[in-house]
Amino acid sequence: MDTIPQATAAALHLFVSLDPALLSVVGRSLAVSTSACLIAFGFGVLAGAWLAVSRFAGRGAVLAVLNTLLALPSVVVGLLVYLLLSRSGPLGFLGWLFSFEAMVLAQTILVAPIVTALTRQAIEDADRLHGEQLTSLGATPLMRGLLLAWDERYALLTVLLAAFGRAISEVGAVMIVGGNIEGFTRVMTTAIALETSKGDLPLAIALSIVLLLVVLALNALIAALRGWRERIDGAATQVARVGVA
Amino acid sequence: MNLAYEPQVAFPSAQREGIAARTMFKLDQVDVRYGATWALQSVSLSIRAGEHVALIGPNGSGKTTLLRVLNGLIEPSAGNAQRPVTTRQTLLFQRPYMLRTTAQRNIAVALWLRGARWRDACKQASEALARVGLAALAQRNARTLSAGQQQRLALARAWVLASDVLLLDEPTASMDPDARREVEALIGEFTSGRQQTLVFSSHTLGQVRRLASRVICLQDGRISADLPVQEFLQGTVSAESKLSFAGELRWRL
Repeated sequence: MDTIPQATAAALHLFVSLDPALLSVVGRSLAVSTSACLIAFGFGVLAGAWLAVSRFAGRGAVLAVLNTLLALPSVVVGLLVYLLLSRSGPLGFLGWLFSFEAMVLAQTILVAPIVTALTRQAIEDADRLHGEQLTSLGATPLMRGLLLAWDERYALLTVLLAAFGRAISEVGAVMIVGGNIEGFTRVMTTAIALETSKGDLPLAIALSIVLLLVVLALNALIAALRGWRERIDGAATQVARVGVA
Repeated sequence: MNLAYEPQVAFPSAQREGIAARTMFKLDQVDVRYGATWALQSVSLSIRAGEHVALIGPNGSGKTTLLRVLNGLIEPSAGNAQRPVTTRQTLLFQRPYMLRTTAQRNIAVALWLRGARWRDACKQASEALARVGLAALAQRNARTLSAGQQQRLALARAWVLASDVLLLDEPTASMDPDARREVEALIGEFTSGRQQTLVFSSHTLGQVRRLASRVICLQDGRISADLPVQEFLQGTVSAESKLSFAGELRWRL
């Protein structure tokens, strides 16, 4: 079976020739997922910081729901956004269905729980260690959460990376709300699904290799950035821990 | 022997200036529980403005919990704790928390949290750093400073906030003798010029002698003695009792 060598050769050819169709798909994938992650990051860090430092009745239930949303299937998100944006849906007047904006909205909903839950965990751990000192300095609970979020910014970079990994690799949501329209809403994952269904396995594998390389490059970039800043900031004294409760 | 101590004169400068020392803290039968563990039991005490109080006792005797109650970080499980409402107080922890930024900004943030404009806060922070001899390290990341330097930075933060009450939780723990002397000198300097109240926990007899006017001994969450420092040091209390009160108190100068 010569599929793998063919795919490797095809991927190499696509890279070397700077295939416009490939660049378009890769660029759109990056744009959709980056936009979604940045929006989700802005919202999720605020929500996570607040959840980390606040105590209210029903907080346990909110956290349970949040942690459940980490496993939210992308097709369910796609369906939900489809219903919202369809002509008869509550957001139908926007006319976003089968557009770039629809894909961004779907991926934002998909990754927001990841950002919120992981941020909450990172900041709650830091708050347990240092929250009293900030309170003693006069910080209100929300200010405490925001200061700790700023202080744990390198841990939050990892959160951003996890969210990006989830966004760029999902196919269900963008397929449903984007429609996989060539030159318009086709992204890497939907292109891979399409080429596989057409039986063009070398091209599908080539696109998969491109997808992996893009994620690998971003991982390396963020790891390098984090390592560089931690060396400068002497972060070895306080290692941030990120994990899902 | 009655070891309960009610201070007659709170602070020498207050006496000189004829200022009636007001009560800063008054705890009445205070209990604090962490789950099933009693951290404080039936603690009653009164601390007046200008007093310099040392809390001594073995690890786990309730010193840190008492400081947290005084600072208002925790509320008693039972009993009544009266704290000054309008007075600025600062609690310095054994390992002060430094934000992942410069020494100057670490101080400026504390001022900013109390309502100062950022530019003014940075200026005052620079002055405070000069005051504690860290001006040259103003732009260094605070987390890269030594334990002694970080404690001096925390003291600068307390000084710049113009705190009337300074609460210190083993301020020189795990420091070398030079760093300990520097920090103690700063504490002495900050608390000598005005009617500032100082409450600190310590395991070092020399430090108690140098900084305190009154000693409160804690054992298993209870106050076992409360007496003037001279009485504690000059033999009115037996060495055996001192050891019993102090637990792991180190008899060094």
